[in-house]
Amino acid sequence: MFGAVIAGFLISLGLLLFGKYIKSKYFFLLALYPISLFAYFSGFITKINQQLDIVYRSEWVPQYGINLDFRLDGLSLMFTLLITGIGSLIFLYTHKYLYGNKHTDKFYAYLTMFMSSMLGVVLSDNLIALIVFWELTSISSFFLIGFNTEDEKSRKNAQLALAITGIGGFFLLTGLILSGNIIGSYSIQELLQSRELLHNSPYYLPAIALIFLGAFTKSAQFPFHFWLPNAMKAPTPVSAYLHSATMVKAGIYLLARLTPAFGGHIYWNTTLLIVGAVTMLYASINTLYKTDLKGILAYSTIAVLGMLTMMLGIGTDLALKGLVVFIVAHALYKASLFLITGIIDHETHTRDVTVLSGLREVMPLLFGAGILTLLSNIGFPYSLGFIGKEMIYESTLGISGPVLMWSIAAVTVISNIFIGYSGYQVALKPFVGPIPEKFEKIKPLSVFLLLPPVLLSVAGIFYGCFPYIADEILLKSATLSVTRHFTDLPLKVWHGMNLTLVLSILTILAGAALYIFRKQTHRQEEKMELLDAVKPEQLYNYLKTGVKRLALFYTQVMHNGYLRIYIMTIILFIICVVGYKLFTEVPIQINTSSLSTFRLYELTVFSIIIVAIMVTIFTSSRLTAIAGMTIVGYCICLMFVFYGAPDLAMTQFTIDTLTSVLFVLVLFKLPPFMKYARATIVTRDLLIAVAFGTLISIITFQALVSPAEKEVSRFYADNAYLAAKGKNVVNVILVDYRGFDTMIESIVLTIAALGVYSLLKLQIKSSDKE
Amino acid sequence: MEILLVILVGILYAAGIYMMFRRSMVKLLIGLLLLGNGTNILIFLMGDIAKGKPPIIAPNTSVFTDVYADPVPQALILTAIVISFALQAFAIILLKRVYQMTGSDDLDSLNTNDGDI
Repeated sequence: MFGAVIAGFLISLGLLLFGKYIKSKYFFLLALYPISLFAYFSGFITKINQQLDIVYRSEWVPQYGINLDFRLDGLSLMFTLLITGIGSLIFLYTHKYLYGNKHTDKFYAYLTMFMSSMLGVVLSDNLIALIVFWELTSISSFFLIGFNTEDEKSRKNAQLALAITGIGGFFLLTGLILSGNIIGSYSIQELLQSRELLHNSPYYLPAIALIFLGAFTKSAQFPFHFWLPNAMKAPTPVSAYLHSATMVKAGIYLLARLTPAFGGHIYWNTTLLIVGAVTMLYASINTLYKTDLKGILAYSTIAVLGMLTMMLGIGTDLALKGLVVFIVAHALYKASLFLITGIIDHETHTRDVTVLSGLREVMPLLFGAGILTLLSNIGFPYSLGFIGKEMIYESTLGISGPVLMWSIAAVTVISNIFIGYSGYQVALKPFVGPIPEKFEKIKPLSVFLLLPPVLLSVAGIFYGCFPYIADEILLKSATLSVTRHFTDLPLKVWHGMNLTLVLSILTILAGAALYIFRKQTHRQEEKMELLDAVKPEQLYNYLKTGVKRLALFYTQVMHNGYLRIYIMTIILFIICVVGYKLFTEVPIQINTSSLSTFRLYELTVFSIIIVAIMVTIFTSSRLTAIAGMTIVGYCICLMFVFYGAPDLAMTQFTIDTLTSVLFVLVLFKLPPFMKYARATIVTRDLLIAVAFGTLISIITFQALVSPAEKEVSRFYADNAYLAAKGKNVVNVILVDYRGFDTMIESIVLTIAALGVYSLLKLQIKSSDKE
Repeated sequence: MEILLVILVGILYAAGIYMMFRRSMVKLLIGLLLLGNGTNILIFLMGDIAKGKPPIIAPNTSVFTDVYADPVPQALILTAIVISFALQAFAIILLKRVYQMTGSDDLDSLNTNDGDI
């Protein structure tokens, strides 16, 4: 199982590196990978049905309880089969859809990476491993949405999707770590067995709030839904695979997976119920006003995701079973609808529902697939969609409290009418009516394009006619993973004449009536776009501009290109931090008894230095400044003489003289100092400088009066002559004990000399100036 | 006497920092030198300065018999002075080249405007 997941990443890497050497016509062979995975996972069906989970464990960072544990149970199996099954069809479809595209290799690489990540998400038995794969799906989704890199819109929408799902992923990580800390383990299996512990924890509420944010952003719930319609910029196979059948269901999967641990709490259920219902209604109304086929499908997908969330909120056995059934039903029909749309787009180069018509004459087989898909979409009897919808209606009718029950039921029915109507628009409208002349020349479709939607639509009807087959092999055990106890809810085509059936019939008829009497037009869409200003999307836009402005502000303040401002920032920071520490934690000593008094000649030298410094600072003549600086140097020289440092005095004298000469020689031609600064700025700079100087003085003083350890100095003094045969200890240290340092110091001098020499020799042409 | 040196360190630091806040490149360099001098004195102070006794062993003895100045800070300062000379020499020449290129010693004239983001 580990290999099955990891192999995808290796294939992906291989494709990215060597994919350009593969000829276009061989790409369909890549479909062998998902097909073999599908076969591999199908092999577990019997075992899973005997409730034997398949577990694979491997350590990753065991110190932190992070392990690559995989566990295959009913729910995971259902998802893996959807991922690999639909994945196989998408791989085949893409072969023809992107035939001749330069970057097909990359597309397959990202697609493979996505598939492996998605398998990782549904198989992980460790919270941290799960979040890693979760983020990987976001990242591969980013690459796939932005696949058409030359289109600015496609790049922006990819960013949008990554931003929203990425932020959600971050919240999810926090939530999962929090939950992990509550139970003291990151193992999902242990989490599921710690229901009591979690429910009684004070962190229950923050944990589920964070998890919700993660799941809702991923599964495009209101108000985070807007990235999904924008993600439709991706090539259609991606929309079919990631943005309707699998990735967007990761949020649903996560919520379903965690239901046994967190579910049953009023906050959990109410939040899911309300968010789901709002999303469902909001998105289904939006489908009415879209003219782009993929736009319609995007919103109907969001509506279904809302419905699934709502089912989790209802949380009864029936609702959870309905959830499982409808996940499969929706994956089958929605992927098929997307693929049909993709074919229409590919052949006619338009997805405008107001333009398309009469295509049944040129694509009869696709029309057939469209009809079958439509049946499942609108919930026609003998389709899997019908069975799922019946269960959804039935579970909404089972909500306690008549007001809540009827409002939820009404919202569900209305939304489903709109979802059904959107199905007519996509699967029926383009095929019926007269065929425009420009569409007549369309050639027969390739089998690679045609096979996937046909298979998907047939599967939807097949399982609708024989629901117990799907139930026995998959759905029963998947439900068991969510409910954690056996539920006797056999799937039946015929439930008897009851309210649910009436609602189903009502949905079908109302959807059909809406289709017959209403026309989707651009004008309505434009009117609807007037509302864009108050959509949640605006919030994201504000946030985006806000972040950009903040970045600009920060750059201007902190990275403004003025050296003195940088220095000032650093100095101020030092003053604040060191000053704070000094005055709060160090007992300031004013004990001068250990210090010697000063004599007159010392005071004289000191006064000269002060005057020289002042002259250096405030003079407007450059030469005077250099002279002042030299005087400072010579006075320091005298200080060294007074206090027993003849070597220092000599060095200082030499160097000071040299520097002055160099300064004067080289900078002779420079203009006098300019008066740039205003009085306020000078005052500000003086204040900061004086504060810093004072701080340094205080620190020096404190260091001076604190006792210091002199062992190193004693060692050198004792051994200078005995071991190193030198009487001048400073010299011994420099050329003997620290000989290497001194040698490297000479190297530094050499390098500086080389730099000086080359700068002097460098001839600047007049054309190089500026 | 130490108290005077302590004050001197503070003044040298303040002066150096103030000069580094200026726009002129020459002043920046002078500020750097003043700061370096201040640091040297600071290190020097840490060595328990003893008046008039250099750390040199008397001719007829093999170890110190009298008090002596701490040799370690002196060795450090010696290195610092020499290295700072290398820096100064290079910086002065660099300054000259910059002046030749731009005709100004204003630091701000070296800024390029990257424009808006």
